[in-house]
Amino acid sequence: MTAEAVATGARARAKRKRMAMPRVALHGFLLVTAILWLAPVGWALFTSFRPYSDTQAHGYVSIPHTLSISNYRHAWSQGQIPQHFWNSMIIAIPAIAIILLFASMIGFVVSRFSFWFNVPLLIFFMAANLLPQQVIITPLYELYLRINLPTWISGSGLLYDSYLGLIVVNVAFQTGFCAFVLSNYMKTIPSSLSEAARVDGAGVARQFFGIILPLCKPALAALATLEFTWIYNDFLWAVVLMSSGDKRPITSSLLNLQGQYFTDNNLISAAAILVALPTILVYALLQRQFISGLTLGANKG
Amino acid sequence: MAVDVATGLKTGGAGRGARAVRLSTADRITLTVMVVVPTAVVGVFIWFPTVASILLSFTNWDGIGGVGTAHWIGTRNYHEIATIYPPFWPAVEHNAIWLAFLTVVATPFGLFLAYQLDKNIRGTRIYQSIFFLPVVLSLAIIGFIWQLIYSPTEGLINNLTGNASSTHVIDWLGNPKLNLWAVLVAVGWRHAGYIMVLYLAGLKAIDPSLREAAAIDGAGEWHAFRTVVFPALRPINIVIVVVTVIEALRAFDIVYIINNGRNGLELLSVLVTDNIIGEASRIGYGSAIAVILIVISIVPIIVFVWNSFQERDV
Repeated sequence: MTAEAVATGARARAKRKRMAMPRVALHGFLLVTAILWLAPVGWALFTSFRPYSDTQAHGYVSIPHTLSISNYRHAWSQGQIPQHFWNSMIIAIPAIAIILLFASMIGFVVSRFSFWFNVPLLIFFMAANLLPQQVIITPLYELYLRINLPTWISGSGLLYDSYLGLIVVNVAFQTGFCAFVLSNYMKTIPSSLSEAARVDGAGVARQFFGIILPLCKPALAALATLEFTWIYNDFLWAVVLMSSGDKRPITSSLLNLQGQYFTDNNLISAAAILVALPTILVYALLQRQFISGLTLGANKG
Repeated sequence: MAVDVATGLKTGGAGRGARAVRLSTADRITLTVMVVVPTAVVGVFIWFPTVASILLSFTNWDGIGGVGTAHWIGTRNYHEIATIYPPFWPAVEHNAIWLAFLTVVATPFGLFLAYQLDKNIRGTRIYQSIFFLPVVLSLAIIGFIWQLIYSPTEGLINNLTGNASSTHVIDWLGNPKLNLWAVLVAVGWRHAGYIMVLYLAGLKAIDPSLREAAAIDGAGEWHAFRTVVFPALRPINIVIVVVTVIEALRAFDIVYIINNGRNGLELLSVLVTDNIIGEASRIGYGSAIAVILIVISIVPIIVFVWNSFQERDV
């Protein structure tokens, strides 16, 4: 063993010793941060189970004397939460289906064919998703007031204040992101696959529905998870494009809920937990899809 | 190699040396529908309103009569916004502070968390799940939840610090000098988790031998990070910058839930919305502010698009 190697070994050992302390500090830091991170949600959860009378008598920061789910029951009925949940689903589910269909069609064309317009087309879609929503909201509002629909589609007779209107705006706004992700994903599928199908006489539609789409299932699942959360969490569209409070999806209905619950913090926290629950559940159950969808977009496939 | 310019079918490789094959009429119709339908929807509901915003910002249209009643007034809306519209400059300042806070505090903190969690430490998955939790919550819900913490007499902070019953209660969300910062803490809580996840993916993609080489060279951790890890994160850094700028421009939900974006929480996005559904609706003002948002956001959009096409060989 040369002197140099001995010296290196000694240095490495010294380094390891030096590293041992920071590890403890790191764990301490992470633990404290994690507790602080959970505190806001934990606090809402804690408050939501305490009856109003209990917090009035003992204060909010106190050991609870009684715990009950009565706040949840009140929030549920008083805030018409089932109705608003239902509204969110009526909007989110068709929107996600159409977004994924549109985005896969664009992704398919861009990744399987070399048309001159491939790059401009993709930019057209991507940039639409990056604009701040307020950039388009004023003309969109005026446009929605001027598009007539039969009353069986929209009670208002207009695109304004209709479920369809919200589905359309979500589709228009979100397709770009998914088209971007899917075009990258489809590029990784070998072109020999669709070529073989074509030799067998399969047309473009068969290649798309029969071969490419099934192979994109993981990406589609990831995007569906992500889009559900985004559309469910959207606030602005319905605040501006819907006037009837009872048609609003749940996140936008928080604006009215706040007035209805007045200053009953216990009720507000129960409602907050109820509204947050679906996205938390989706995240807990589909964490892998959720994160892969996000990073798929950021890492370009 | 025969190339048929009338078709664009790719065969072989990833587009290079592509041989084209004639498409049948049915295939052409299918492809046309596939392109035209989504393009029409995005064109009508995103790009048409974008252009309309720009045009309307130069008119005095009140939105009541037909568009034909609009008169071209040049840059008067812009001039009035900058001179006699009181909430405008505070909103610009708040958006700038918002962006600065995300850039200087929340984004670096997200990167710090990602860097630490990328080391093979025990419980890293649990920590990641915890730090990411706020990202799945909407900013409207976050506004709801944080009100419980900031509430003057019933909130967690004032009760823990014993300020809740004192004579000079701190009104975190009501005091216009404090409320922006209180809101930014809540926003940073969410933003840091988002950034962490993006960076974790970026860090995983870095060749581990790079870091080992730096460690063998005896480089300190900070030095190795600065000279080896951070430069290797360049592609993701661009995405992060774009995400941060866009998030700062989009900021709306949380202040609108807390106090409709008034009294210290004015933002450009709130002013646009107020000019549609607020008490004083002026289409021209709203559109002019929207155009200001377009002008600012066009920079990160171009950077993002350019960056993503640089790395692809299209």
